[in-house]
Amino acid sequence: MRVLAAMSGGVDSAVAAARARDAGHDVVGVHLALSAKPATMREGARGCCSVEDSHDARRCADVLDIPFYVWDMAARFTEDVVEPFVAEYAAGRTPNPCLRCNEKIKFSAVLDRALALGFDAVVTGHYARLTDGVLRRAVDPDKDQSYVLGVLTADQLAHAMFPLGESPKSEVRAEAARRGLVVAEKPDSHDICFIPSGDTRGFLADRLSEAPGELVDAVSGAVLGRHSGVAGFTVGQRHGLGLQAPAADGRPRYVLGIEPVSRQVTVGPVEELDVHALSASAPVWHGGHGVTEDVVVQVRAHGGLAPARVTVSDDGLEAALAEPLRGVAPGQAVVVYSGDRVLGSATITSTR
Amino acid sequence: MTYLDHAATTPMLPVAVARYSEALGRVGNPSSLHTAGRRARKDVEEARESIAGAVGALPTEVVLATGGTEADNLAVKGIYWARREADPRHTGVVVSAVEHHAVLDAAEWLAEHEGATLHVLGVDETGRVHPSALRELLAAHADEIAVVSVMWANNEVGSVNDVRALADVAHEFDVPLHTDAVQAVGSLPVDFATSGADALSLTGHKLGGPVGVGALLLRRDASCMPLLHGGGQERDVRSGTLDVAGTLSLAAAVHAAVDDVPRRTVELAGLRDDLVARLVAEVPDATLNGVPLDAAPVAGGPARLPGNAHLSFPGCEGDSLLMLLDAHEIECSTGSACTAGVARPSHVLLAMGVEEAAARGSLRFSLGHSSTAADVDAAVAAIGPVVERARGALARS
Ligand SMILES: Cc1ncc(COP(=O)(O)O)c(C=O)c1O
Repeated sequence: MRVLAAMSGGVDSAVAAARARDAGHDVVGVHLALSAKPATMREGARGCCSVEDSHDARRCADVLDIPFYVWDMAARFTEDVVEPFVAEYAAGRTPNPCLRCNEKIKFSAVLDRALALGFDAVVTGHYARLTDGVLRRAVDPDKDQSYVLGVLTADQLAHAMFPLGESPKSEVRAEAARRGLVVAEKPDSHDICFIPSGDTRGFLADRLSEAPGELVDAVSGAVLGRHSGVAGFTVGQRHGLGLQAPAADGRPRYVLGIEPVSRQVTVGPVEELDVHALSASAPVWHGGHGVTEDVVVQVRAHGGLAPARVTVSDDGLEAALAEPLRGVAPGQAVVVYSGDRVLGSATITSTR
Repeated sequence: MTYLDHAATTPMLPVAVARYSEALGRVGNPSSLHTAGRRARKDVEEARESIAGAVGALPTEVVLATGGTEADNLAVKGIYWARREADPRHTGVVVSAVEHHAVLDAAEWLAEHEGATLHVLGVDETGRVHPSALRELLAAHADEIAVVSVMWANNEVGSVNDVRALADVAHEFDVPLHTDAVQAVGSLPVDFATSGADALSLTGHKLGGPVGVGALLLRRDASCMPLLHGGGQERDVRSGTLDVAGTLSLAAAVHAAVDDVPRRTVELAGLRDDLVARLVAEVPDATLNGVPLDAAPVAGGPARLPGNAHLSFPGCEGDSLLMLLDAHEIECSTGSACTAGVARPSHVLLAMGVEEAAARGSLRFSLGHSSTAADVDAAVAAIGPVVERARGALARS
């Protein structure tokens, strides 16, 4: 097959490209330029969008002896990932931009262009397994990224390749070193690639015309203080609330809910964060959606797992959790698993 | 492989390779006083005389440097600094909108860090600077201008300027003129003295010499401050131990290329005209950017670099075209490469008034001394399906 390897400049995508090549595919590497004004150097361990990362990707492609190009996806990325990210926060929800990037950029804009240019598939360094169109968790539980891929449709998955799903990260690093890829020791990128400073609140504050609102105690209804804007508050957040006096019982308070219209942020004790049921919309199902018992739902990228009973409707799902989960934020995805198999993904709209 | 990217770099000529490798085995710093040094000095000075002779300059006017980028920086910054020191009112820098980044960014840097005022000369739809535009600008600002820099031939679309006419205008206002002739030397008749330019950049690797060797031709009476301080080897304008092997090789290449200009001009233009005609026959809505192939001569030479074919393919991304052609083993370019490798629409095409979409969908094929009719055939054979594919890709995204 002719496959296009999306190469971020990190170790995972480089090894993924190498494995695809070793499997006998005709591989072309592409670095996606997602920022119109990339920084020259990477800042710490964050991000993957600097010129230095682009050079790392090129260097890996050269070592692998595959052609390499940079595709300018900055405009699409801004439109389909960054702007919706800001808008979601403005609406009091907590978006997952990595998921959106997979859905709209890597396996949409990039895949479409690749197919039109005569490629058969896009290969990425995601940790997930894909066999006969069935998406499963990666064998490395710490690295598993099936959560951010569950949103891909059967059609998108039919043109995807994830060569790292069977490997633990340590093995991938060792393989990179063995192959002479300079990125073998490069730190993992975390956080949000387009906020290299890691300061999401600051990033949002620069982009949103913020209006102040009240911080209200969920139990007593008392106004505890004021905030300068809802953007950046996330359900489950404990730090940075700007509350002076401790709660009457001396226990920490958490964000329980965000009301974007009245700009009211409710806070309360940790047990109020317990979620027993949730609703979600815009579902994507893999291979039918008959299974509703004996499933596990995952509500954020790391952790947040609970057995559940899922009821499916045309335009969404309801999940009754067998054990309560904390810090479940509207805007995040709920991904439904049967064992290690991904059954579907939807966007959380409300919790109870 | 079909190499149609000679404007990026062209293969070294066999004489240049021979001269280079033979000289690499010898020791000697031209600044040393002993026998080895004297020998090296003699070699370098003979090479300098040979270069000077080939391009109509005096040997003392040849300031050896590491290539086009250094020569351009030295001219723009060095002349700016010298002229400003002579008269503090001289803080204006005039460059054309289509200069190579080595000139453009040097001028912008002066504006950002050295208190310069930048004046950008517009170009016509073929990419050429009109002497009347320069006259108008200088008439309004003559007392403030430190230096004017207008390229001899454009690296992207191949348009040739009338340097003599531009230099005459600059001199009417007592302003020195630099010209980046990196793409011109070896492709067009270039004579420094008759051009009237005060400074001229050339580089080895665009004319069959080595990478990393070039020269700034600098008139004896032109003042220029150094960028590099040290031993003052080159007229105190440029320091650094001279690259003997590189200079000998450069001289061999300049000599051979300049001698060959009359033949090359005809031969390359013939291949290029054939390439353009057949590409347009394959892709009827493709358009040639820059000066038309039948344009009237400029200063007695071709109005367009004889090896340059620059076309827009409507409905395509240049990126996609490049990648698909690469897969067919045809090597060309979308214009000038960029740091991150991100394709931005070319500032040259935008300055010519080409719309952004058309600018993004363009390719430069550049022929050189090793090009053959078979190269043209290969490009023509590939272009139809490649354009069709690229159109599909753009339509879907
Ligand atoms: C017009 C022009 N000026 C300057 C340069 C830079 O020359 P060099 O590569 O020798 O630094 C180039 C080559 O890319 C060029 O085409």
